Amino acid sequence: MPATLAKSGGLFLAMVVALVAMAQAQDSAFAIHMGIMALAALIAAVAVMATSSTTRRLGHDESHYDDAPVRWGVIATTFWGVVGLLAGLFIALQLAYPVLNLGLEYTTFGRLRPLHTSAVIFAFGGNALLCTSFFVVQRSCRARLAFPGLARFVFWGYQLFIVLAATGYVLGVTEGKEYAEPEWYVDLWLTVVWVAYLIVFGGTVLKRREPHIYVANWFYLAFIITVAMLHLVNNLSLPVSLVGAKSYSAFAGVQDALTQWWYGHNAVGFFLTAGFLAMMYYFVPKQAERPVYSYRLSIIHFWSLIFLYIWAGPHHLHYTALPDWAQSLGMVFSIMLWMPSWGGMINGLMTLNGAWDKIRTDPIIRMMVLALAFYGMSTFEGPMMSIKSVNSLSHYTDWTIGHVHSGALGWNGMITFACMYYLAPRLWNRQRLYSLRLINWHFWLATGGIVFYTASMWVAGITQGLMWREYGADGYLVNSFAETVAAIHPMFLLRAFGGLLYLSGALVFAWNIAMTIAGRIRAEAPMTETPYDARADRPLPAPALQPAE
Amino acid sequence: MASHPETPRKAGFSHRTLERNITLLGLLSLVTVAIGGIVEIAPLFWVDSTIEKVEGVRPYTPLELAGRNIYMREGCYVCHSQMVRPFKDEVERYGHYSLAAESMYDHPFQWGSKRTGPDLARVGGRYSDEWHREHLKDPRSVVPESIMPPYAFLAEKPLKAGDMAAHFKALRAVGVPYSDKDIASANADLTLQATQDADASDLQARFPKAQARDFDGNPQMVSEMDALIAYLQMLGTLVDFKAAEAQEQPK
Ligand code: HEM
Ligand code: HEM
Repeated sequence: MPATLAKSGGLFLAMVVALVAMAQAQDSAFAIHMGIMALAALIAAVAVMATSSTTRRLGHDESHYDDAPVRWGVIATTFWGVVGLLAGLFIALQLAYPVLNLGLEYTTFGRLRPLHTSAVIFAFGGNALLCTSFFVVQRSCRARLAFPGLARFVFWGYQLFIVLAATGYVLGVTEGKEYAEPEWYVDLWLTVVWVAYLIVFGGTVLKRREPHIYVANWFYLAFIITVAMLHLVNNLSLPVSLVGAKSYSAFAGVQDALTQWWYGHNAVGFFLTAGFLAMMYYFVPKQAERPVYSYRLSIIHFWSLIFLYIWAGPHHLHYTALPDWAQSLGMVFSIMLWMPSWGGMINGLMTLNGAWDKIRTDPIIRMMVLALAFYGMSTFEGPMMSIKSVNSLSHYTDWTIGHVHSGALGWNGMITFACMYYLAPRLWNRQRLYSLRLINWHFWLATGGIVFYTASMWVAGITQGLMWREYGADGYLVNSFAETVAAIHPMFLLRAFGGLLYLSGALVFAWNIAMTIAGRIRAEAPMTETPYDARADRPLPAPALQPAE
Repeated sequence: MASHPETPRKAGFSHRTLERNITLLGLLSLVTVAIGGIVEIAPLFWVDSTIEKVEGVRPYTPLELAGRNIYMREGCYVCHSQMVRPFKDEVERYGHYSLAAESMYDHPFQWGSKRTGPDLARVGGRYSDEWHREHLKDPRSVVPESIMPPYAFLAEKPLKAGDMAAHFKALRAVGVPYSDKDIASANADLTLQATQDADASDLQARFPKAQARDFDGNPQMVSEMDALIAYLQMLGTLVDFKAAEAQEQPK
């Protein structure tokens, strides 16, 4: 098998390169990272040699979908979800009780906060996007994944990216730009993985047995392409040394600020929105057993959403040194963005038309409806916060944090959980989930958590905003900054409590998934569930003719 | 998953064409998402208000730069903004509102998006070095309500900033106007600026208003605390707003 030999030879070479870089390293963090890279290359080389025969066999089985990376993805999503929420709860408690910074440099809020944001967005959300896209693109194209080896590389390469990013934050390796913290070499690695992702996804669409590309795949494709563009431009930076962690951003000051928020807002728009809408467009109709409400609406809302989102970045820079015309453009486009956002929500909710009773009977549908409701809420709140006068109050305060988490916990979290509940029994060939009743527990714990989180942050944010600008009769500012910190302490406690509820719900979820994988079925009064026909869940046999392209 | 009602194919362009061709669909998506960024970002490299220079703004000294890198490493930007908005209350609380030019050498910018703690754009000169030392070691010893993490370890860690000449070269490559002299003496300048009573006249000639002294109160070594306090003490001190005050009014 020369191919296997070449692959593992290449990996050994990569290991040697990493080891040399480690020996030459300018700083200990870079050395540690090169060590991790070398270890990863070694493990990959061994894995390639050990599994070459099995993957070859798998590669020829055209009668089943290639679901191994999807299964790993479900496990990874569950795992990173719990880790990310735990980190969130911990930093929430640090803000309430600063002793929890533990007096160590590795555990301060400043280093753990990026760990939380990256763990939930890129590890939890990212794995959900990867595995659902691999699942959806195969089903909606009725074709097996193109390039199965590359698909495995995408999965494991992405996990390596997460490990490098996370260890980097704790060690203090950062580019200092929110949501784009990983340093240059980790960025380069992600670029390689992302290109491979595009190839696998696009390749699978190309070999489809269906004439049309299903709407979910438009969203996945736009998400993959746009994230590539944003990542490449915003991370342009010059390393100080090729064997050191530190680099300097190619842009400075106001140009850097707008590039960053063009990136940052569209990380929201394409990572947390377009990608998740793709999930919505496949799994909601599937679970509801109804077609998507309106095909026309999906076309209009797709193109207007991706066009408008890009312009909205400046709403993160209202009243800063960014020129006024850019701020106003950002504000106008953000307000217009309300419409395509609600277009997506309406298309999702109305898909239940004629099946509304399922909200009562099907706990997965109920979770999806909650997700769409929160999607609608945060995409109403967002445009409102983009209005300059509103933003003058909300900017810099916990109101922003509340907005983030109503979107993140309500929309991204709930739609992800719902999809994982859908996937687990199908991927492991189980009769049903371990327990449908536990989904109810999860639902209420999560809903309670979101209510505590967002309500407390609204109060905290508006309190801060008003206290900062409060003038006394004597014409002086009334509050010192420290007084405003003390005033919101109770809100920080309520937020942490909300986080605890939400995390408990996620633990119930993890338990349910783990038991389903283990093949257990909880004895409980039955609830309705969408039936599953394993025989129909197959790729179409290769036809004589290629589909029209 | 039927979402394609079979309407008769229209003549000319139809969305169906895109739905059958992933290359076209991908390219058109890329064009669609590229427009907004190009229109908004590109002009910032040309319009006057974003590239004009302001009297006093200069690149960082080696010690200030090392301090800034520690500021980023510790994630101070996740809780502190460095961007005073032109509102009466902010200007009174923090000082003159921030100008674009004041961050023109900031690779990357550190404006921040959340004020868990106060704005730091003009914190330089507001407190003594000693206050900063105490505050960084144990924030609650000077501000009882504070929720900031303690950074006592900074005082114990010798500053290992790396080769500052290499840092300056990288920054020069991305547009910061460091001179050959700055680069050649970068490593020496780093120690010099943190040394009490050293002759800093040459440094100050090249970096006006650079403050040179033993910031951490420990003459035995140049610590990370020295660098961070040096950075904090210069923030917002470069532009002389007293001279320009009459021209501008807060909104
Ligand atoms: C147990 C649940 C969670 C808790 C307790 C929690 C807590 C926190 C805390 C305390 C912060 C820092 C706020 C500050 O600096 O003032 C934060 C920031 C953030 N969290 Fe969470 N979080 C949770 C779940 C999530 C999830 C599921 C996501 C995303 C999918 C998320 C995304 C973010 C983002 C993006 C930020 C940064 C916000 C900004 O910079 O404006 N969080 N979170
Ligand atoms: C129409 C859609 C939306 C608009 C116009 C919008 C608008 C805004 C505005 C105005 C801010 C405050 C910026 C500031 O003052 O600093 C913000 C912050 C944020 N939003 Fe949204 N939002 C939208 C939807 C969403 C959704 C669905 C999410 C999903 C999680 C989300 C996540 C965030 C995050 C993470 C931030 C904090 C960024 C930071 O400062 O670190 N947004 N958004």
